[in-house]
Amino acid sequence: MSNTTSDIIVDATPEAKAAFFNELQTYVGLEIGAPTPAPDEINAPMIRHLVEAVGDKNPVYTNAELAKQSIHGGIVAPPTMLQAWVMNGIDGPARTGDGPYEKMNQLLFSRGFTSVVGTNSEQTYVRYLRPGDQLTMRTVIDSISDEKTTGLGTGHFVSTRQDYYDAQDELVGSMLFRIFRFQPKAKAPAAKPKALRPRPATTHDNQWYFDGLNDGVLYSQACAECGEVRFPTGPMCPTCHSLKWEKVEMPLSGTIHSFVIAHYPQVPSFDYPLPVLLIDIDPSISHAGKPGNNKVRMIMNSADTDLDALAVGSRVRIEIRATDPDMKLPFAILDSTSNTGATS
Amino acid sequence: MSTLPATRSFANVTVGDELTPLDLPITRTLIVSTAIATRDYQVVHHDPSIAAERGSKDIIMNILTSNAFVGRFVTDWTGPNSFIRSVKVRLGAPNYPGDTMVITGSVTAKDDANKVVIVAVKGSNSMGDHMNATVEVVLP
Repeated sequence: MSNTTSDIIVDATPEAKAAFFNELQTYVGLEIGAPTPAPDEINAPMIRHLVEAVGDKNPVYTNAELAKQSIHGGIVAPPTMLQAWVMNGIDGPARTGDGPYEKMNQLLFSRGFTSVVGTNSEQTYVRYLRPGDQLTMRTVIDSISDEKTTGLGTGHFVSTRQDYYDAQDELVGSMLFRIFRFQPKAKAPAAKPKALRPRPATTHDNQWYFDGLNDGVLYSQACAECGEVRFPTGPMCPTCHSLKWEKVEMPLSGTIHSFVIAHYPQVPSFDYPLPVLLIDIDPSISHAGKPGNNKVRMIMNSADTDLDALAVGSRVRIEIRATDPDMKLPFAILDSTSNTGATS
Repeated sequence: MSTLPATRSFANVTVGDELTPLDLPITRTLIVSTAIATRDYQVVHHDPSIAAERGSKDIIMNILTSNAFVGRFVTDWTGPNSFIRSVKVRLGAPNYPGDTMVITGSVTAKDDANKVVIVAVKGSNSMGDHMNATVEVVLP
């Protein structure tokens, strides 16, 4: 059961605790809603299903001939089956959520007593039930204990009494059912912190590129002698072989050259499905007209993206975002207002 | 015509008498079939994956079934001409599939005026006591 810690009211003083307890006690004695009729009359098939499942061979439950010879005078239902006749079934409770029981629970939830465990079931039987009996159940909040601490945690024992009546409105049995409504003692272990992204393998030749991202700037590289713009970064111009280079600040926009959506294998630091895009970065202003300026292509993930809307040729803007406390990376954001409509 | 099996008489019961122990293998079939037979469709009684999500290591036997086994255990011993007046169960460790619950019991008191025998019943599994019950049963 969930246990929200954010909105729990803490009754810090004895007076506050007493006020909470007194409010709880106002629910004691209240009937939790309209009487619940059993959906089926007591019947031999349901009796047989249960005694078969529990292996109960007592003939008074299933053998009409032998049951007739017994003190019961005919087939009876196992007395311990009392509660089963009024169970909600697969659709759950029919009650609306604003009765006294629900309000009492809301009050308990407000103090963090959200977990529940059944602790006691005490049934008493006035008579055994026979096929044809039609039951109606009435439920009353019987008692609410003061605050108790058990091995499970701290909370309150809540007892309800269910009285079962036959068609003549005669009491045929009762059940006192006690639950412990509590705040678990041991907190679940804190969620494992999300794994950090793999660190880039940095060298003297690319550290400055990642430093640029951390400063919020997307750099490419240009040869300081022939002016050719290149990426990824490296020590030497592939054309003129000069070792002199300079940083080139690139615009934060581009076009999808290609993309894949990764599903497997999954690396813990990423969310899947994971869009991986190849982006043609728009040419830099500082190196307008230089060779390579229109060929800078970078791999990056996409963020805030409707995966179905990704298309080759679509325009993207690039945002430099912190992925981890110590790392920023570029992300391509689909720019829906300037989609060229090109498709692959 | 077949005849009703014998029923233990009140006069033949002595405080301290032990009931015939019952070793009950807890199978998935048992947990699920008894849950459905008691119309208890809570997922912790039939869906292992949701049970795990909610912090239970597996599905568990429901309370209505624990009650039913207490009833069976007592009338297995008394015979059919008995009348159970009350079954009071205190619940403990859950019954998970693969475990075995050993049910034992003994007579703790007799009420001569009403021919009521008080029986203490315990169901133990590998984790401890699944239940401790007190049963009042009227014998001929």
